[in-house]
Amino acid sequence: MHAFANPTRFLKLAAAIQPWAVGLCIICFAVGLPMALVFSPPDYQQGDTVRIMYIHVPSAWMGLFAYGVMAAGSASYLIWRHPVANMVARASAPIGAMFTALCLLTGMLWGEPMWGTPWVWDARLTSMLVLFFLYLGYMALGDAFDRPEQGDKAAAILALVGSVNLPIIKFSVDWWNSLHQPSIFSMAGVSVDTAMLPPLFLMVGAFQFYYVVVVLMRVRAHVLAAKVRAARLMRAA
Amino acid sequence: MSAFFILIGRDLQLSIRHRADTIMVAGFFAITVILFPFGIGPEPGVLERVGAGILWVTALLASLLSLDHLFSDDEQDGALDLLLTAPVAPTTVVAAKIAAHWLTTGLPLTLLAPILGVALQMPSESTVPMITALLIGTPTLSLIGAVGAALTLGARRRGILLPLVILPLYIPILIFGVGAIDTSGMGFEAGGLFAVLGGFLLIALALCPWAAAVSLRVATE
Repeated sequence: MHAFANPTRFLKLAAAIQPWAVGLCIICFAVGLPMALVFSPPDYQQGDTVRIMYIHVPSAWMGLFAYGVMAAGSASYLIWRHPVANMVARASAPIGAMFTALCLLTGMLWGEPMWGTPWVWDARLTSMLVLFFLYLGYMALGDAFDRPEQGDKAAAILALVGSVNLPIIKFSVDWWNSLHQPSIFSMAGVSVDTAMLPPLFLMVGAFQFYYVVVVLMRVRAHVLAAKVRAARLMRAA
Repeated sequence: MSAFFILIGRDLQLSIRHRADTIMVAGFFAITVILFPFGIGPEPGVLERVGAGILWVTALLASLLSLDHLFSDDEQDGALDLLLTAPVAPTTVVAAKIAAHWLTTGLPLTLLAPILGVALQMPSESTVPMITALLIGTPTLSLIGAVGAALTLGARRRGILLPLVILPLYIPILIFGVGAIDTSGMGFEAGGLFAVLGGFLLIALALCPWAAAVSLRVATE
């Protein structure tokens, strides 16, 4: 862990991982997408709309996963002042926010034919919406200071506060939803056919590798931008 | 402990001298609640149904309004640096400021709520639950809000940033605060809901002063 606190060493590692991650991402998409969208069996009730699941479920998973990385990175930044952990956390936020938005959008597209309405205040939809706002707050706070370091630290603290709050929010929303909304829209009944699992896992893998690729790209860009800034300052001085 | 009360006394004295601030928060609360009947319509059934929600949402916004200057006044005149370097734990300083914030916003809002409840035609049975729920819930708002106020100290466009950071964290209190009032207003047993609100308060009490103190140190270093 601490060996990679040195950005240059991390860049070397990143450069070594990058082509593998790109390759695996392309393979997973190339195999997974046709399987998911064409060859997997349609659902006996939902027909072809069930294919939205292959985008929706991995997006939801990635939305949560990126928050987990963000929280872990923020914690190691605050505790050990690990600079790369901070960069990874900051780089994860926009990706996680995008996946959360994608999850909400595909959920709405799925809800339209299944529930008859794009939006219901279902517990899961609501929690994802709150997660999206947590991401927005994190990103806005990180960029709001003249001193970048203050933004990094404030955002890291907010990420940790959010990670304590997320389970509480989830619990509250579940309770709220079960009180206000009888579970007409329960999705628990949808048991997944085993034929749907391979494409689903492939799509999760594809999204996961896509995330790795983009995080590494963003961190590298961040390190390089810092170097450019330092070089410019040197020349100006 | 005595430092804690001295600090509360100081903040209370300051807010008595700038009493316009407290009055403005209460005024904002009242006028915003009064707007809803115009927006929704005066039918008793409807207002009665949404009254608890209106009161809570407006209380959240009103407490947010006063968070803006929770630390920033002290930061601007330099008092904050002195307080943080004083031989008192920063968490004590923060806790005292939070307590004073609650006394000058949460408490007035709680006292004002039953009167506004009448305006919203809420049933008289929900008056006591309303006061109880607000009494347990509004300190949590001040506690969480203090973390947000400390985090955004010195930030650009703070007025927009603060709600974005804080409001998602307020959602659990909103849910259970409204739930407690509605459930007991309908004549059901709501002890569990008040207990959950109390649980949130205890968690916030344990974590928020500490998180806010760390954030203040980041903001002032």
